[in-house]
Amino acid sequence: MGEAELFKGFDPAAFVRLTADHGHNALLGIGYAAHGADWVELRLPFRPDLAGDEATGVLATGPIFTLIDMVTSMAVWTRRGRFVAQATLDMRVDHLRAAAAGEGVTARGECYRLTRNVAFVRAEAWGHDRAQPVAQAAGTYMMTGE
Amino acid sequence: MSELFPYARTLRMRVAEHEGRAAVAMPAFAGVHGRPGFLHGGAIAALLEAAAWVALRTELAADARFRPINLSVDFMRGGRLEDSFAQADVLRLGRRVAHLRAVAWQDEAHEPFASASVKLLLD
Repeated sequence: MGEAELFKGFDPAAFVRLTADHGHNALLGIGYAAHGADWVELRLPFRPDLAGDEATGVLATGPIFTLIDMVTSMAVWTRRGRFVAQATLDMRVDHLRAAAAGEGVTARGECYRLTRNVAFVRAEAWGHDRAQPVAQAAGTYMMTGE
Repeated sequence: MSELFPYARTLRMRVAEHEGRAAVAMPAFAGVHGRPGFLHGGAIAALLEAAAWVALRTELAADARFRPINLSVDFMRGGRLEDSFAQADVLRLGRRVAHLRAVAWQDEAHEPFASASVKLLLD
């Protein structure tokens, strides 16, 4: 699938495949999990080089931020039904608990309000237990195209 | 203090000095690239967080531990694909909570392209 395909509707799974070998996304190894009309779920597997503390082997908070940034930006495109140029305006992540040692994280991002210029998003991230989230987030995206 | 945590090293960050205090530098290698021509917001957030970590480490005893409470990032401008720097100020160091503000810049420290409010829980 080429980049032109992105402009015919928006396919989250295809988008993840397309960007999986570029840049920061490639480094983290984030994979597609699921999506709905206004939400996208992605998974970040654990790796020792993504840890926040060598001694504990727990995922750092930085990769979780990237995961949340990705699920929320993709939720906006999914809700719009097409890719548009946008940039994160702000993002706040509350860290509710540490992930377990060696544990990866899954996050679901949702675009709950969409205006011409600004998209409002929220996300939740969890480890092995969906009922015990490791993080909650809220943020906004600015549309940067014409 | 010259050691950073594994993820920071994976993003090729290193401790630097800016105006006599510890700061963090991050090169624009492929692993921090985001949308074409710009740094990834997640990498920028990681840089700001690392700056806060370094600033707090400097204030505390060597064996002191702390955990993240939250991080709120404002992206003011896109980060270009060039070396970036970040430094944090400790706004308040309480008994249990440390509140820091970190800024990231490329050309001039007083013209940051992103900033973050960081709260950490002291063990």
